[in-house]
Order: sequence, then C-alpha cells, then structure tokens
Amino acid sequence: MPLGNLESLRYFLPELAITTTILLLIVVHVVGKNRRSPAAALLALVGTGTALLFAWMTPAGEGMGLFEGMVVLDGFAVFFKVLTALATAIVIFMSIDCLELADRTQAEYYVFLLSVLLGMFLLSSATDIVMVYLALELVSIPSYLLAGYLKGKASSTEASMKYVVYGATASGVMIYGFSLLYGMTGSTQISEIGRVLTMGTVPLPALLAAVMVTVGFGYKIAAVPFHMWSPDVYEGAPTPVTAFLSVGPKAAGFAILVRFFYTVFASPGDADGMWKLSSSVDWPFLFAVMSAVTMTVGNLIAINQRNVKRLLAYSSIAHAGYMLMGFVMLSTAGLKAILFYLVVYLFMNLGAFYVVVLVENGSRSEDISHFSGLGRRAPLAAVSMAVFLFALTGIPPFSGFIGKVYLFAEVIHQGVYWLVLVAGINSVISLYYYARILKVMFLEDPTHTGELSVAFVPKVMLAILVVPTLLLGIYWEPVIRIAESSVRILTN
Amino acid sequence: MMDPSAYLLLSGILFGIGVAGVVVRKNVLIILMSVEIMLNAVNVAFIAVGSHLGDVTGSVFAFMVMTVAAAEAAVGLAILIAIFRLKETIDITELSVLKW
Repeated sequence: MPLGNLESLRYFLPELAITTTILLLIVVHVVGKNRRSPAAALLALVGTGTALLFAWMTPAGEGMGLFEGMVVLDGFAVFFKVLTALATAIVIFMSIDCLELADRTQAEYYVFLLSVLLGMFLLSSATDIVMVYLALELVSIPSYLLAGYLKGKASSTEASMKYVVYGATASGVMIYGFSLLYGMTGSTQISEIGRVLTMGTVPLPALLAAVMVTVGFGYKIAAVPFHMWSPDVYEGAPTPVTAFLSVGPKAAGFAILVRFFYTVFASPGDADGMWKLSSSVDWPFLFAVMSAVTMTVGNLIAINQRNVKRLLAYSSIAHAGYMLMGFVMLSTAGLKAILFYLVVYLFMNLGAFYVVVLVENGSRSEDISHFSGLGRRAPLAAVSMAVFLFALTGIPPFSGFIGKVYLFAEVIHQGVYWLVLVAGINSVISLYYYARILKVMFLEDPTHTGELSVAFVPKVMLAILVVPTLLLGIYWEPVIRIAESSVRILTN
Repeated sequence: MMDPSAYLLLSGILFGIGVAGVVVRKNVLIILMSVEIMLNAVNVAFIAVGSHLGDVTGSVFAFMVMTVAAAEAAVGLAILIAIFRLKETIDITELSVLKW
C-alpha cells in the first residue's frame, strides 16, 4: 500500500531540500543588492549537496509508494537521484568558472538549474503518468530558459526558441499517447496499466501509444529521429548548460524510459534476470533499430564539425545510441550496463566540457583552432582533455572501455550480432574525430600565443573528474555492484 | 455512462490539426498556437474517457495539462519576444544562425 501525503514527507527529504533552496535563492535574488555576487552559487551548492546526502542516506528498501502512489522510493530512483545531483554539483562549479555567465544575474540561473534537478528527481521516481508528465515538463521548461540565458546573444536566444518548439510538440505527442493508454486501461498508475495490457488488448492502439510515448522520451534522451533540437541547443546554450543538458536530463530520460517500458510493455519473465513482452508490441526491435541509427548518425555528422561544443553534442547523441543497446536486451544485465555507463559518461563528458569552458574563457570561442597548441599553453587542461577523449572513445585502460565492454558483452550474450557490429564500426569512426582534437592540441603550433592560466579551483575540479575516469577503468567493482542492486529492485 | 467515441473522434481531428499546424506553418506564434490545439485535443480525450469510466482522474489530468500549457506558453512567448527584439522577425526559417 502506498503511503498517504503526510507520512510520505518523511521520505521526501531530498526533494524538500531542493525546494527550500529554490525558495531561499528567490529571496536572495530579491533582497540582495549585488546581482553578480557568488553567494547564490554557494547557496545552490549547499542545497544540491544536502539533497545528494539525503538521497544517498534514504533507506531505499524494496520500493515504497509515496503520495498515494504518485512516486516510488526504490534503489533505482535513489541511483538516479545521486547521479543527477552529482552532475548538478559539478555543473555549478563549472558555472562559477565560466566567464560567459559572469556578467549575468546569478540567483535566477541557479533557481532554474535546481528546478531542473527537482524535475529529474521526480522523473526518476514517477510511477503515475500524471507525475511522469509533470516531472518531464519540470525538467523541460526551466531548460528552455537556461538555454536562452545569454539574452541578447543571437545563437543562445535562437537555441531556446527551437528548444521550446521541439519540446512542446514532443511532450504534446507524448501525452496524447498517455490519453490512449488511459482510455484502454482506465488507470493512470503505470503498474496497473501494465497489468491490464498483459490481459490482451487491441494491438493497434497499444502500438500507437508506445510510439507516441517514445517521441516524448526519445526527445529527452536525444535519440534519432528526435534529436534535431540537440545540436542547435547544445551549440547556442552557455557551455555549462550544454554540459548539464547532455548528462542530467539525459540520465533522467533513461530512468523514466526504462521504468515506463519495463513496467507497461514488459513483465518479469520466467528465467532469472530476464523480462518478457507483455503485449504484442515488439518495441525492443524498434528500439534496436533506433539505437543503431542514433549512434551512426551522431558519429557520422560529428566528423565534419569545427565547433568543439557542437562536436561533443553529436558525440553525446552517439553515446545515447550505445546506451539504448542495453535497453533493448530485456535483461537485468543490459540495464545494469546502462547504469554503469551513465556513471562513467557523467565524469568523462562533464570533464570534456569543463576543458571547453576553460579554453572558451581565454578565447571567447569554441572553434577547434583555439585548441591548437593547448599542450604547451595549458598542459594540465590538455592532458585532462586527452584522458576524457580517450575514455569517450572507449580505449583501454580508461573507464569508457569498461562501460562499453559491459554493453557489448550483453548484446553478444543475447546473440544480436548485427547490433554489435554496427556499434563496433561506430567506435572506430568516433576515434577519428576525437583524435582530431588531440592532434590539434598536441601536434599543431599555437595560433594564439600566451599562457592560458588555469586558476586553482578549476585545477582541483579537473583532478576530481580525471581521477574517477581513470580509476573506474581499473577498479569498477563497487559501482557495478551498486548498479546491479539498483536494477534488481526494479524486478520486484 | 455516455458513449465517448464521438468525443474521441473530435479529439483525434483536433490533434491532427495541431500537428499539421506545427509541421506546415512558418510563423512561430502560429506554431505555439498549434501546440495548444494539440494539448486541448488531449484534454478532450482525457475528459471523455474519464466521464465514460466515471473516474475523476481524467478531469484532474486535464487540469494539470492546462496548468503546464499556461507555463509553457508564458516561457515560449517570452523567448519569442527576445527573438523579435534581436531579429525583427518570427519566421522560423529565418532562425539560421545555428546550422550544420
């Protein structure tokens, strides 16, 4: 039995911490005289840290319904809460160092950032389609504003406009799919919807609903063909926001994608750690094709990019494609691989964007030519970038390799050889454009002379991001164990 | 308990008009209006099914959708004004600073 509203508050501490911080930030914004003071950033950091601690310490147990079954508290939700809070904390550090944002109003920025975090917390624990829709919009609407935060800069404003049009349309299509599901089953609880669908329904509306819901979730994780917004938004948005969007909402999108499809359109199978399809909709095959197309399109278009931010945008589309491979296997091992990959991806992708921020501070441009000779101008930043790029490619002994091993191994284990072949070829293609950045950084002469000074805090942050990227390539046992136990709870 | 099929047909037609508007029209303001038509089609479907089943959740969902639609419209129009100040146009084909 799910808990009532008042009893649930006790288990809702992380979300309450974020809400309190958002309200305090608004007060700081109204009362504070200096709109550019760093107090807002510190407050946001404390709030995020508190939420992270509360999320980490909540007794997850076997999964407990809260607020009359609107959200659930289980290991799977806790995993994504910790992941997204960690990403947000790193992005706050990145925003403090980013000169692009330095002359803008501070408090409002962090209000939007934390609102997205609250949305991601709810999205990763939602078990009712009303909550899924509200949480998805709570992630989306502040994201539009964050993308357009550099008001007066043409690219940033244009990015947010395109984001609004794509986002609003995608979520409109998604709730039409929800209305079909509600019409077929008469319930808004996803477990109840799944139970009714198992008893056999007309296949066509179920298929239509599955496709429409995929539009909404596919847009959040930026899977082809719903990726059209992401390169433009990633290029136009302030760099810390780009880094945030490429990790946080993408992870939350995967959380709801897994929870929704594995509850509504699949049920635990007879064999241990396997699921079986509960309706006649063959969605794993559709998603397998989507996964192959996503990684291929992302990698092929990335080859020609000269803007490093846009290049990383296409690379993040490709990584969503890799992770979708784990999603279509209908097995615990596949989901475990996604969760592990998300952890690895968080460190390596945020790290790469951190270096872009540092270079951008010196040159006010993300063009690849500004990276030339970075090996001499800022050795620490260049070496860190090399580590992140090697990890993104998936070269041993870096952590990205281990992430890919788990994904590829499960696909081979299930015997889907064509998908492994596509993914393997794609990894080779990705090596080409990642290596191009390396070549520019280390082998070309600097076109812009002068030392690129890196302050103390960014140095520490780079180290904090490099260490897990290296360490998870050698000793990954604890993380994989946490990922496994988080997925196990989903089975029950 | 009334028969919801007529209302569901209306909802389907409205949704089709909304999608067509998003795809075909070039003016961002009209596109945002078309999205609102899509959301209202969803509301009609939810309320029709809800009242057919005698379940209040459908109507509650419609209220939630209306609230979110208002928030989305506020943000969308604010960004639209920012675009108009920069470019003096709201034609979506003119938004071409970012492209591959």
